[in-house]
Amino acid sequence: MERHHFETELRELRACVARMGGLVCARLEACLRALSGRDGDAARFVIGHDEEINALQIEIDERALRLLALQQPAAVDLRFITATVKANADLERIGDQAVNVAGTALQVIGRPELEYESVVVEMGGNALSMVKDALASFLDRNARLARSVLERDDEIDAMKRRVLRDLIALMTRDPGTIERAVSLVFISRNFERVADHATNMAEDAIFLVEARDIRHHHESA
Amino acid sequence: MAATEAMPDTGLRIRTSGVTFAVPSVAASGEDAIVIKDASLWYGQNQALYDIRMDIPDRQVTAFIGPSGCGKSTLLRCFNRMNDLIDNVRVTGQILVRGLDINAPSTDVIDVRRRVGMVFQKSNPLPKSIYENVVYGLRIAGIKDKATLDAACERSLRGAALWDEVKDRLHSSGLSLSGGQQQRLCIARAVAIEPEIILMDEPCSALDPIATLKIEELIFELKSQYTIVIVTHNLQQAARVSDRTAFFWLGKLIEYSPTADLFTNPKQKHTEDYITGRFG
Repeated sequence: MERHHFETELRELRACVARMGGLVCARLEACLRALSGRDGDAARFVIGHDEEINALQIEIDERALRLLALQQPAAVDLRFITATVKANADLERIGDQAVNVAGTALQVIGRPELEYESVVVEMGGNALSMVKDALASFLDRNARLARSVLERDDEIDAMKRRVLRDLIALMTRDPGTIERAVSLVFISRNFERVADHATNMAEDAIFLVEARDIRHHHESA
Repeated sequence: MAATEAMPDTGLRIRTSGVTFAVPSVAASGEDAIVIKDASLWYGQNQALYDIRMDIPDRQVTAFIGPSGCGKSTLLRCFNRMNDLIDNVRVTGQILVRGLDINAPSTDVIDVRRRVGMVFQKSNPLPKSIYENVVYGLRIAGIKDKATLDAACERSLRGAALWDEVKDRLHSSGLSLSGGQQQRLCIARAVAIEPEIILMDEPCSALDPIATLKIEELIFELKSQYTIVIVTHNLQQAARVSDRTAFFWLGKLIEYSPTADLFTNPKQKHTEDYITGRFG
């Protein structure tokens, strides 16, 4: 026995999450291009195209709700649909963080580069790679990959602390850098949030695969 | 072991097969109401149940699910020896109802059926009044006192959530009731003799959603007093009403877990395939 209609809808829901993830990653890549390449158009593209992600977020939630109401999913299907709703919210928040980064980047890139900018860009690159792996672990139901994302969250937090410390030192030494340095602090904070959302998605992926809720106690993951 | 001796006396006396015995009050919770030890069953040469081993907890709802022909109803009917009515049925292993080996030669089958009531797929009221339907079991047990019968009738109809709907027409025919009411009347008839266990074989499959909801609410109420075992093809119903769920396939018990676990994280692939609709 096969539930063709249900299977099709599940596949379509997964495809929507993949598309949403693809859009969000593209936004983050554009943010990194804006920062490292002084590319204002890339930043403006991110700011101007958030609607697409918002619309997809609503579509995913509607599809998930319809499946819950009409198909009475159980077991792995139930876990997939509830985890999708949560991952969907995280992806949308990552999109919002990208818009924040792009907005702040526009203030930074018109001015001479500060020496710590490349570290912030590197941090963004790490956060992006966590999002990509979290998304892949969710879509491919790969708990091992998901765990590798969890392990990387601490690195990002440490990087953010280091960036903050160095930028404070810089501002103390040279008050002329304060405006740009504060912007970089904001951006590093946005990237740290992106990594947090990637971590949430990785936790959802583990729940999907193993039916274990490992939130708030990673050490037993 | 005479399980009734261990339980407090309710004062009610029932006479069956020429023997009068006290009606026990519901035993304390925490023990297993039914213990099944390696039960197998054959219809002639065909084996329908294979080495079933499970404990059914007291005053909880246990649901049996599985595809048609998986043995769930057959096992349910073992619990009050309904299979005795079918020729060439052979049962091995042990089924203990509160410690009483119900298939032992010394066990009185009428006593078993008094302790283990049953509600069927299709409501089957007797062609008698509502009142007489409810007190039928007590009358055939020899109880004649009107006050006792009146009290049992009201208590049972209240217990089956039917009293308010029929209290002004207790002497109308049971067959005049709607399908859902008839099913609740059958539940009232089952609880009138104060069984310890109530078996339900797809009790809602002929009912509309509202009547089904009422029965499900009733099951929830009844479990404070009775151990309930329900066979259902409706997986959502099993998920809604039961505390534990057992999945059967080809006469074997595949998985038996707390219902919330079984429906969110089944351990066996067969179970997963069945509850997600990928069976076959």
